[in-house]
Amino acid sequence: MALQSLDIRRRSASPTPAPLVRENVTEVAKLIDVASCTGCKACQVACSEWNDLRAEVGHNVGVYDNPADLSAQAWTVIRFNETTENGKLEWLIRKDGCMHCADPGCLKACPSPGAIIQYSNGIVDFQEENCIGCGYCIAGCPFNVPRLNPVDSKAYKCTLCSDRVAVGQEPACAKTCPTGAIHFGSKDEMRDLAAKRVAGLKQRGYANAGLYDPQGVGGTHVMYVLHHADQPRLYSNLPHEPQISPVVALWKGLLKPLSTVGIAAAGLFGFFHYITVGPNRAEEHEEADE
Amino acid sequence: MSRLITRYNAAERINHWVVAICFILLAISGLALFYPAFFWLTGIFGTPQLARILHPFVGVLMVAGFARQFLRYWRHNLVNHEDIRWMLAVRQALVGDEVGDTGKYNGGQKGMFWVMTLCLLVMLMTGVIMWRPWFAGYFPIPLVRVALLCHAWAALILIASIIVHIYAAFWVKGTISAMVEGKVSPAWARKHHPAWYREVSEKADQS
Repeated sequence: MALQSLDIRRRSASPTPAPLVRENVTEVAKLIDVASCTGCKACQVACSEWNDLRAEVGHNVGVYDNPADLSAQAWTVIRFNETTENGKLEWLIRKDGCMHCADPGCLKACPSPGAIIQYSNGIVDFQEENCIGCGYCIAGCPFNVPRLNPVDSKAYKCTLCSDRVAVGQEPACAKTCPTGAIHFGSKDEMRDLAAKRVAGLKQRGYANAGLYDPQGVGGTHVMYVLHHADQPRLYSNLPHEPQISPVVALWKGLLKPLSTVGIAAAGLFGFFHYITVGPNRAEEHEEADE
Repeated sequence: MSRLITRYNAAERINHWVVAICFILLAISGLALFYPAFFWLTGIFGTPQLARILHPFVGVLMVAGFARQFLRYWRHNLVNHEDIRWMLAVRQALVGDEVGDTGKYNGGQKGMFWVMTLCLLVMLMTGVIMWRPWFAGYFPIPLVRVALLCHAWAALILIASIIVHIYAAFWVKGTISAMVEGKVSPAWARKHHPAWYREVSEKADQS
């Protein structure tokens, strides 16, 4: 880990800079081509296998979603949504999981030094040994991704298979996807590939096809090709123009200097009041009165 | 006449110091989770995880203790026109000149009482909303965010207020022993709380 630590760009709750000696690290990205996904859930299985996770066997909740939601044991789930677009039934299937934001809300909210780190290649990773279980990351995330594990009270989410990527392999989900809907490579390559896929979709009549790489969070290292890029909400509530909540920004931003000034003012007031006005004694008055 | 006057009985003093100790533990662990540079202060509870786990329980204990104090003192803290006079002449009070015919508490103390009450109420409600793993999951994430902000905001006001509270006790000589030994001198009572002094003197004369 010592060598790898050089590749960390940002670290939660750390006021001083992380090691930044390597400047030209390629940013990676996962591109999920929603239009090529058949919802087979092989990615869920691959994720479970590689990361040694076993979500509880759920029950049918009336839709194909299973597990019905992300959990500490399910870092990716396929979400299905039926909708009518252009007069036709459309079955929109989206692989949900961590988006690996360039400006991660979880990392901003986290109070524990080094519990969340962002590698220079863009991967946002939880370091559970430093996690204190406060769940601030859950409040910080604009995509509702991190989940607290009821067993150890620590937060978990997709690592983008940082362990595989570190040794030059693609994430398990991308490796296994039978339809080639999940691509992995440098962010630039993925953007180029997405442009081709988007052009193809437009040719097929999806005028609003586009790449989902929301700039409100500085762009993401998991991107989607969407047929309806103008309506991401159609894809099981993928946020439209997500950003770190202004409430979180205020809490982690302005409130800190404000508190420092407020608390320091109270302390300094006391000190200077005492050395100028002096103590307030009653004894002498009594003698004077009597 | 140098007979000492009882201001706080033993139960009241125990009550006060239980709340005070809770406050110290909460302020230190809370600041540790608020300021990254003070994260090491989580050591007050042993480890960071323990601080996260114990902080809310100590908080509930503090609120319970304060609730008992609230029931003891709320009647004495209703603001009257003498207190308004005090608040308007706060500059004079700050240089040690007494203002108005003060009862058990002066305008500043009453203001402090209500600020503490309000802050603790906000912190109790927001604290429950953000309390993991027990309760936060039942609330929508946007509400949890507001709770986190308001909890920190109320904590800041409370900490600054308590600093003033502690300083005032240190500044007005004879006040700390009122809460440690329970007694004050007649001169202290006559100077700082004349109306209260007359009240307790009358009672003493009757008995």
